[in-house]
Amino acid sequence: MKIQYCDALVIGGGLAGLRTAVATQEKGLSTIVLSLVPVKRSHSAAAQGGMQASLANSVMGKGDNEDVHFADTVKGSDWGCDQEVARMFVTTAPKAIRELAGWGVPWSRVKRGERSVVINTERTTITEADDAHGLITARDFGGTKKWRTCFTSDATGHTMLFGVANQALKDDVDIRERKELLSLIHKDGRCYGAVVRDLIDGELEAYIAKATNIATGGWGRVYRTTTNAVICEGTGQAAVLETGLGTLGNPEAVQFHPTPIVPSGILLTEGCRGDGGVLRDVDGYRFMPDYEPEKKDLASRDVVSRRMMEHIRKGKGVKSIFGDHLWLDISILGREHIEKNLRDVQEISMTFNGIDPADEGPKGWMPVRPAQHYSMGGVRTKPTGESPDLSGLFSCGEAACWDMHGFNRLGGNSVAETVVSGMIVGNYMADYCLENEIDIDTATIEAFVEKEEQNIREIMSRPLNDDSIFDIKRRMQEIMDDKVGIFRNGEELQEAVDELRELLERSRKVGIRYVTHASNPELVEAYRLPKMLKIAISIAYSALLRTESRGAHYREDYLKRDDANWLKRTLVRWSDPEATLPEVFYEELDIMKMEIPPAFRGYGRKGMTIEHPLSAERQAEVDRIREELEANGADRFEIQDALMPFDLPENYKEKNERQGIGYA
Amino acid sequence: MPDTAQNKGRMLTFEILQYNPSDPQSKPHMVTYHLEETLGMTLFVALNMIREKFEPDLAFDFVCRAGICGSCGMMVNGKPLLACRTLTKNYPDGVLRLMPMPSFKLIKDLSVVTGQWMDGMSKRVESWIHSKEEVDLTKLEKRIEPEVADATFELDRCIECGICVSSCATALMRPDFVGAVGLNRVARFDVDPHDERTAEDFYELVGDDSGIFGCMTLLGCEDNCPKNLPLQEKIAYMRRKLANVKDTGGGLEIRVEG
Repeated sequence: MKIQYCDALVIGGGLAGLRTAVATQEKGLSTIVLSLVPVKRSHSAAAQGGMQASLANSVMGKGDNEDVHFADTVKGSDWGCDQEVARMFVTTAPKAIRELAGWGVPWSRVKRGERSVVINTERTTITEADDAHGLITARDFGGTKKWRTCFTSDATGHTMLFGVANQALKDDVDIRERKELLSLIHKDGRCYGAVVRDLIDGELEAYIAKATNIATGGWGRVYRTTTNAVICEGTGQAAVLETGLGTLGNPEAVQFHPTPIVPSGILLTEGCRGDGGVLRDVDGYRFMPDYEPEKKDLASRDVVSRRMMEHIRKGKGVKSIFGDHLWLDISILGREHIEKNLRDVQEISMTFNGIDPADEGPKGWMPVRPAQHYSMGGVRTKPTGESPDLSGLFSCGEAACWDMHGFNRLGGNSVAETVVSGMIVGNYMADYCLENEIDIDTATIEAFVEKEEQNIREIMSRPLNDDSIFDIKRRMQEIMDDKVGIFRNGEELQEAVDELRELLERSRKVGIRYVTHASNPELVEAYRLPKMLKIAISIAYSALLRTESRGAHYREDYLKRDDANWLKRTLVRWSDPEATLPEVFYEELDIMKMEIPPAFRGYGRKGMTIEHPLSAERQAEVDRIREELEANGADRFEIQDALMPFDLPENYKEKNERQGIGYA
Repeated sequence: MPDTAQNKGRMLTFEILQYNPSDPQSKPHMVTYHLEETLGMTLFVALNMIREKFEPDLAFDFVCRAGICGSCGMMVNGKPLLACRTLTKNYPDGVLRLMPMPSFKLIKDLSVVTGQWMDGMSKRVESWIHSKEEVDLTKLEKRIEPEVADATFELDRCIECGICVSSCATALMRPDFVGAVGLNRVARFDVDPHDERTAEDFYELVGDDSGIFGCMTLLGCEDNCPKNLPLQEKIAYMRRKLANVKDTGGGLEIRVEG
């Protein structure tokens, strides 16, 4: 048996995993990163439009700060997030972006003087200040009060990923590619590392570490139509479920992005609308202002996606052999702007659809329809990133339910979360490694490895039947698209759960045609499939049980956000490995500790909330504390601290400087 | 989309190299498959269909399937391309011959090791910012001229797909050649004001025949780069710059490491 020892083990080599690894390595800990693919090919690279951080450099960001970013994030989450974590995030985001600038991410910069932009389809001139020249600029994004999304054209994830990966190479982090997590090694409530399969030679190895981090990204591929890369299959989160101890938080909170291109489902960034692009229907009519007079095309993603589907249901979609769609029009931004700031969008549209979006008028309109995009749910963690269930197990990035996104994530907040949580969780994880030794015997390790070897032998020994792995997988994806999508109802969710459970049974019996260990994609599909089905069942079942509508979770049979009964986080545990259904329980969100108690989001339908009695009580308390402190001359930091104190490692809690106002 | 309609239903022929170097029984051989063309079909769609229908253990690499991640470089009718961006409708005779990219270690069939090669390149050219300046994360970021940030971004768009390396005759003759990808990387840090390295520093890294002086200017890299990076211009620029380092001499002799 091969055993590899290290201090910190990071599973997943995207932005979150790599930034975590830099944190632990720079604290003198031996760190290993394991990745399914070369790390610079991770799905982080596909983040297009940008990263939110309240730098307030551009004239359109003036007045922005952590407080505004925090309020936008909480409203975006439909009050489902952990507000303490959201505070940690917004306070660290400006530091993260400045760190990345120092690592060479070529952020677009403010240029002094007049420039022409498109706002509400009108060409408008704005004037950037002299003293902001050369600082990092930002664009508009959905659900935000200020222009806060910093960018490098529409390849922001790519440049960030290369910046962080290069830093990891500089620090000599041990990065190993084509390695797949099969299971977590644990004993007496403590995680000790992982059983890992080499995807080239098929050998199993045990990686033993003081702390292990699951940074494996989202689980979008349990859906058929998704913007996610093909590696985003949720097997990291499934490995946590399969410990029988670790929990997933809010799996039903699934984001559908408004503008993937039809039919490939490849993302067209929200920056298209942030920069002034608009949605149009079959008549070429711009319909969003009718539904959302204030935020129009730039309401939060859950709201825009629902409005689009609502409009299609009214018969206003464009018919095609790939189903009805709407148009995304960025031609009004002009060719120069598109070829500088939306060039990947242009390249995607031209390559896959033969449409140049810079062509004027209907010729340049791109066919779009909402599709699965992001998992707000994931491995449940504490604010430190550690699992509340398994000591020494950490998680961050999209894989985690840390939980700064609640039931809807704002555009630009996920790529920001990757690096910010990498900084924060990476430091807490390093502290854990420094404070805790390893004490596990090799017999225990061997038993975990043997169990996985046995599983692979068992798959290879199954007789071929009429069933096919690919059929089961496709059926799972169809069920998720059709019955666990944007509009959900009890009847269809129940059907989805029932059929997914049958598929899980079938996946445990299906045989494979090739029985070699080395480089065998069919075998890989076979052992991943039950893991994916457990994630799919967790999503569908949690969605069935949550009888309210909140953020991206929308129940046609329970239209209201029900704060009185549902201001709580779903937790899912899978204790019985033979079962086809997990246990579901709940964690209350404490209104009396919230800095912003539940209220109307400012977009979406009004009057659709069942109030919690404590919301008003807490609001009165917040108002009183604020008033008293303001009368005593307290600044915004002191008021914030009085309302909801929070901790951060390193110097991340220090104030962030802004041009013209210093540290105010 | 409408322009793909006329090709729907055409029968396509895929000739795919299959070989598993880890299996002593395996010999490289071509296998032919036939598929009906679908609307907007890419090699991502076609290869997955072949795996599902005919060959469950056919090895190939895709990640983003959107031309962003650089995983899927392969030889299509003799030309290195990103498979996910390759539309079958652009092949009038309907025959696509797929081979793995040369110059990289073969894993199996169409799958090659590019990641470790690229990490080696990155370490060789020290593909990170070299600066003595301590960045205080609570303070305003360093100011950069907008045009200079844009120029850095232009070269930072490389996705390390390896297509330039597999288009390169020097790389075939010299396995230690740093490739257009490495030379572009040097040019990228040369233009980035955060990086304090001088021409002399870059000369130390790539100032030989496995670096900037190994390029024979055949420029298959420039012809095939899926990101249209200005490789010809940047290689010429860096070569002129580093050639001058050698001409002036002296400075290199007195450099002390550490």
